Amino acid sequence: MAKVKGDIVIDIEKCKGCELCIAACPQDSLELSRKLNSKGYQYMVKIEDNCTGCTNCALVCPEGIIKVYRQTTKKKEPVATISNLTGDITVTVNS
Amino acid sequence: MSEMKLMKGNEALAEAAIRAGCDAYFGYPITPQSEVLEYLANYAHRTGMVVLQAESEVASINMVYGAAGTGRKIMTSSSSPGMSLMMEGVSYIACAELPCLLVNVVRGGPGLGTIQPSQGDYFQAVKGGGHGDYKLIVLAPSTVQEMVDFVRDGFDLAFKYKNPVMILTDGALGQMMEKVDLFPQMDRKTEFESWATVGKPKTRERNVITSLNIQADEMEKTNIHLQAKYKLIEENEIKYEEYMCDDAEILLVGFGLVARICKKAAQLAREKGIKVGVFRPISLFPFPTAKINELAGKVKGILDVEMNAGQMVEDVRLAVNGKIPVEFHGRMGGVVPSPEEILHKLEEKFVGEIA
Amino acid sequence: MSEKTLVNEEQHFEEMIAEESICTTDNLVYEKPDTLLDTPMHYCPGCGHGVAHRLIAEVIDELGIQEDTIGVAPVGCSVFAYNYLNIDMTEAAHGRASAVATAIKRVLPDKYVFSYQGDGDLAAIGTAETIHTCNRGENLLIIFINNGIYGMTGGQMAPTTLPGMKSTTSPFGRDVATMGNPLKITELVAQLPGVYYCTRTAVNNAGNVRRAKKAIQKGFEYQKLNKGLSFVEIVSNCPSNWKMTPLASNKWMEENMFAFYPLGDLKVPNDKEK
Repeated sequence: MAKVKGDIVIDIEKCKGCELCIAACPQDSLELSRKLNSKGYQYMVKIEDNCTGCTNCALVCPEGIIKVYRQTTKKKEPVATISNLTGDITVTVNS
Repeated sequence: MSEMKLMKGNEALAEAAIRAGCDAYFGYPITPQSEVLEYLANYAHRTGMVVLQAESEVASINMVYGAAGTGRKIMTSSSSPGMSLMMEGVSYIACAELPCLLVNVVRGGPGLGTIQPSQGDYFQAVKGGGHGDYKLIVLAPSTVQEMVDFVRDGFDLAFKYKNPVMILTDGALGQMMEKVDLFPQMDRKTEFESWATVGKPKTRERNVITSLNIQADEMEKTNIHLQAKYKLIEENEIKYEEYMCDDAEILLVGFGLVARICKKAAQLAREKGIKVGVFRPISLFPFPTAKINELAGKVKGILDVEMNAGQMVEDVRLAVNGKIPVEFHGRMGGVVPSPEEILHKLEEKFVGEIA
Repeated sequence: MSEKTLVNEEQHFEEMIAEESICTTDNLVYEKPDTLLDTPMHYCPGCGHGVAHRLIAEVIDELGIQEDTIGVAPVGCSVFAYNYLNIDMTEAAHGRASAVATAIKRVLPDKYVFSYQGDGDLAAIGTAETIHTCNRGENLLIIFINNGIYGMTGGQMAPTTLPGMKSTTSPFGRDVATMGNPLKITELVAQLPGVYYCTRTAVNNAGNVRRAKKAIQKGFEYQKLNKGLSFVEIVSNCPSNWKMTPLASNKWMEENMFAFYPLGDLKVPNDKEK
């Protein structure tokens, strides 16, 4: 199976450092920050680059502040482009 | 079209609710007002209004709260002990500024009391009853006809001021039969206020109905707003009836059923050459304070008569403000005073002075 | 190095980052639902309410029923639920949310109505309303958050507090001889003919979150069928009042709460009926 590459974006200002996402992460990618956010909480940071975008962290996050991204194995390419709309239409299939 | 009928007070009131285009009634049986729910259960299908017998008065009033939040015409009715159970919900409704109609067919208390008529819930209706500074608009009918008309007028006032309106009647009016002129069937509402919780379209912000304001200064603003509204109501919605007041030397003051007995007592007094008039506050809040003060300048004394231990008399005395003596006669626990005993009391208190 | 070169290099560097980052709209697989507002929630760190709120919002968005949904908030920690959900909401008196929801649904039968209630609200002060709303088979969804404690008032004993469990009003642990037994209200309402669907879920891990969401979704979908009431219990934690870290509270919940309040369906609609 091809390796899936994922990433997350955490709204650290709203993070309360509950650590539930740390426990939920199968890749052990997350850790508490050493710094505090403006509310005085330690917040979540991604420390490893092994995220698979499984969404577990976001699912258990009580604050709903984690966005998860996952790179699809195949880059989406348009299967067709339409050009010259004023005249004849030319269709090119790229696959 | 309007219709003339001989009807029992409670049933006439229920019929008026249907005719006023009421959208939903939530209630619980209690004597002497169960006929309201019974009548609606039989006839509400005419307009398709929702009628639900709840598990308690507590549930009923909270159903009124929820349904009133959708901007519909919603009502409940009960009698004294049941109304006591509703008081928490009434406070929420008043604070959340929801229009609705409450009917209290008062019976003798305190406690389980009796099932006979009383006016012992004046304080509860007019001075709060529930917690916090709030006011109900309180209308006190003295005839079955007014039981009917005040349903329509009550809904109008409730929506005009976004405030709960209470019809404060009693077990006698609820149970007695009288000729009534029923107003024609009105359409149910089809357009709803912008504040109603009916589902949030994309075009507006969400509506929230709540009485919670955890910040003290914000909660004070809510209170200031409510008080300003109550002042406006006091300026515009005072209702009263004067009966032979023009040349009166002594005034009988009573509300609801008692005012009718006072009228008879006034007639008896005039037969004996005593010039007695009757003043009947119809709106108990807003109270006709200024009018009573004005009348106090014209008469020598006031006898306030109530079916309680003396509740409205406090407001009458505040209105009179010491100008003239205000005496009180009351019967309690379900006993209705007779015209003769009122006349006797009046003579005992005032006739010597006048002569 | 000329100024022009520097600009070009910076530009090149930025382009390089942009190329490497996979955080693009195309690759986005999870974000909070639109119906969940951006307002930071007042809940304590690790509290299950936040997840439960989000799941409701996700289901509303996925079913596309934001315009047709009215929620009822309780008194308890989730009294401010209306601050977080971008739908019309009513805040009910303590224990009366299901009565309020009943009335809204009765006058607006085509809308989706749910009440969101805690254990004190639903299973103590509001027991009568809960049972009768369920028994009448109102076509609405009750979401019941059970964390075995009164959170908002500071950790007093709840009707669902476990035997032996400490709270500020059972400081030596709940003694069932004097304080009574915890009330399994979900088992109770499952017996009522008016209840169409009754399940117990949790939001302590990703798998349970998915199951809880599915349950809430069913609760909304069944409203269309007018078959009766859907009751979804979410066994949850209260790190602050259990006096544990969020992770420890989840572990304690798994070991103790789940033993007393086992997860799973208590009543599911007959397949043929569906």
